[in-house]
This record gives sequence, structure tokens and C-alpha cells, in this order.
Amino acid sequence: MESKPKGKLAGFFHFPQGDGLSTDEFIKGLWRENPVLVQVLGMCPTLAVTNSAINAMAMGLATLFVLVMSNILVSSLRNVIPKQVRIATYILIIATFVTVADYVIQAISLDVHKALGAFIPLIVVNCIILGRAEAFASKNGVWASFMDGLGMGVGFTFALLLLGFIREILGSGSLFGISLFADSFQDWVIMILPSGGFFALAGWLLLFNGLKLRKKQAQPEQTREEVLI
Amino acid sequence: MKTESLWFIFLNASLINNFVLAYFLGICPFLGVSGKLSTAFRMGMAVIFVMLISSMAAYGIHAFLIWVDAPFLQLISYIVVIASTVQLVEMFIKRFSPSLFKALGIFLPLITTNCAILGLALFQTNKGYNFIESFVFALGAGIGFTLALVLMAGLREKLDFAEVPVIAKGVALTLLVGGILSLTFMGFAGLGG
Repeated sequence: MESKPKGKLAGFFHFPQGDGLSTDEFIKGLWRENPVLVQVLGMCPTLAVTNSAINAMAMGLATLFVLVMSNILVSSLRNVIPKQVRIATYILIIATFVTVADYVIQAISLDVHKALGAFIPLIVVNCIILGRAEAFASKNGVWASFMDGLGMGVGFTFALLLLGFIREILGSGSLFGISLFADSFQDWVIMILPSGGFFALAGWLLLFNGLKLRKKQAQPEQTREEVLI
Repeated sequence: MKTESLWFIFLNASLINNFVLAYFLGICPFLGVSGKLSTAFRMGMAVIFVMLISSMAAYGIHAFLIWVDAPFLQLISYIVVIASTVQLVEMFIKRFSPSLFKALGIFLPLITTNCAILGLALFQTNKGYNFIESFVFALGAGIGFTLALVLMAGLREKLDFAEVPVIAKGVALTLLVGGILSLTFMGFAGLGG
């Protein structure tokens, strides 16, 4: 957290002295406060579009774009927006950028746009974006908010890719559409079905919980058994 | 163009393509409010109400936006309508049932960011439903949401007394149960024909 700006526009283009602070904002979103794996936010797109790696990637990048842009705008307007209507204003800002992202994806790849369907407009109601606008961008400078949005966005994309990889490899036997196994591989159809999303995410959470427990308890043997369960 | 009967639309929205378990819409309240059966049921009722109103409003807005030829405003106007409907419901509940208002807490205003409601408005537009069909679709989706929420809450109330490995406590367990519930709902897939 940087110090509160004194004047109306003081701190608008405030760059921290050392690069340590903004790097920390970036790393925080990537790992320690990862929006999906630690905070368990933004579940709808996380589970719905990760049935293949390419869809996960497109969704992650679109969210990254909206997150960074809305963080920048919210943070630069933070002294202008009246407190009472701030949430409504944030939602409008986010909806605007989502509309932009929607049209851009449609222009780049119609296939991906079709595969993601209604889930691109649904980025508007992704709790991560509104959460970052309210919890971070409305209180911090433009540069820090940019780094925060970037970190959270990359962390979100990372988590989506983790799920997309595992679900596509097991469910279709391929990665980014390239077949990985010989024909003898039996696809785990369940992984690309909706319930596969629940199971894959639960699996990753179990793994990370196990790692965390192991660090805390310093009883590696016992916890490793629990990981296997 | 009566390609789908109303009954089929209802069945489809509530069971076969259940919003929570097949489309992953509204997962946040599904994980957040499903701790207690009574709260889950009331939350479901509030969501049904918001869904019905915002679905009808979305139908009107869509027609208007087509008329003025500004489809790019669709998303923005939908979200504004939903936010105001939620505000309305909030005032209504606060007036008539303060205890429910307290029980729902932060999740009441969060209905605004419930993907199920915005998703409903978008789906009905994409599918080109007329007014009656939209209404039935919204009713089915709301009941399906409530059903999933209540089932989950019932399971979780029982799970409170079960011995669970430390590692699986919390969200991971809820997700596993959700996965199994989603598997069972796939059994309805044959109903539509």
C-alpha cells in the first residue's frame, strides 16, 4: 500500500521509488492471493469455459484486458466518483470494456467467440473485477492499480490454464487441439462435461491445501498420505 | 414459430440444463449461501423474483434496442436493470422481513453480480424467445437454481457431522459434492428427447 495522495491529482502519476512495491503487487495476484486458487472468486467462467486449453486461454486474456483497463480507469477517476454511486459507476466502466473485448474477440476469431458464447458478456459479473476495483483501484494510484490488475489477471489466466490443461489432456487426449496420445487412449469424457469442472478444480484445491498443510505442520509423512486420499 | 413447447422450455431450464450444475451460472451463491437449508430456500425465492422481473425488463429493452439500432448498448442496459431490480427487492425484503434481510446479508446485493441472472437475460435474447417463452424460461431457471441450492444445503447440513480429512475441508469438499450433484443431473438429459 502506498501513502494516500494529498491533493486531488497528487499521486495520479505517482511511480514508486523502488520497483519493489509494484513488483510485489504483481506477485501477490499471481500466487499468494491468487483470485481463483486462494480467494475462490470468479468461479462461473473458471468452471464453464475450461474444457479446452484454448478456450481457457481466450477467457483468461479477455478477463486480463478488462481487469487492467477498468483498474486503470477506476483508479484515475477515484477522486471524481461520488462515494454513493461508486459501485454503479464501476459496473458501467467494466461493462464498457467487456463490450470492447466482446467485439475484439469476434473480430479475431469467430470460432473462439462461438465456443465461449454468453460467457464473454458474463465477464461483467465476474466478482474478481468488481472486487479489485472496490478493494484496490479505488484507494491506490494508477501505476499500482495497473500492476495489481496485471497480477490478478495473469494469476486468473494461470489458474484457468491449469484447469484447461488437465481437462483437455484427460478429456480429449490433446493439448491446444494437438493430439497427444496414440489411438489406444481412452478419453475421460467426464472431464469435459460440467461435472469434470467441479472435480478438476476440487483436485487442484486439494493439492494446494495439501502443500499448505505440509508447510504449516512440518509433518510431511502424514500429510502426504492425506494428499493421496 | 412454435418449435418448442412451453413445458419443454420449463423442463429444459430447470432440470436438463440446470443453470448451476450444467452452465455454472450462479456458483458464488451456490458455494456461499448453501450452508443452511432455510437461508438457501429464501435466497432461491429472492433469485426467482429478481429473475422474473429482469427477464421481462430485458425483453422490453431488447426490443427497444433493436428498434433504435444500438445492440452494443445491450450489456450495459441489462446490468443497470438488474441492479435496480435487486435494489427494489432489497427494500421490499427489508420492509417485510428484517430477519430474512439479516440472514441473507451481503449476498442480497450480490445478486446483482449473480451470473445466473445476467446469463438468463443473455440466453433468452440469443434463443429469440417471445414474451411468454421468456417468462417460462425465467421461471424454470429460477426454480432450477433454487432446487440446486436447496439440495446442496441439505447435503452440507448433513456433512457438518461427517468426519472429513482436514485437507478436504471447506471449498474443496463443496466442489466435490457439487460435481457429484452435477453428475446426477446429467441423468435428466434423456428427458428432452
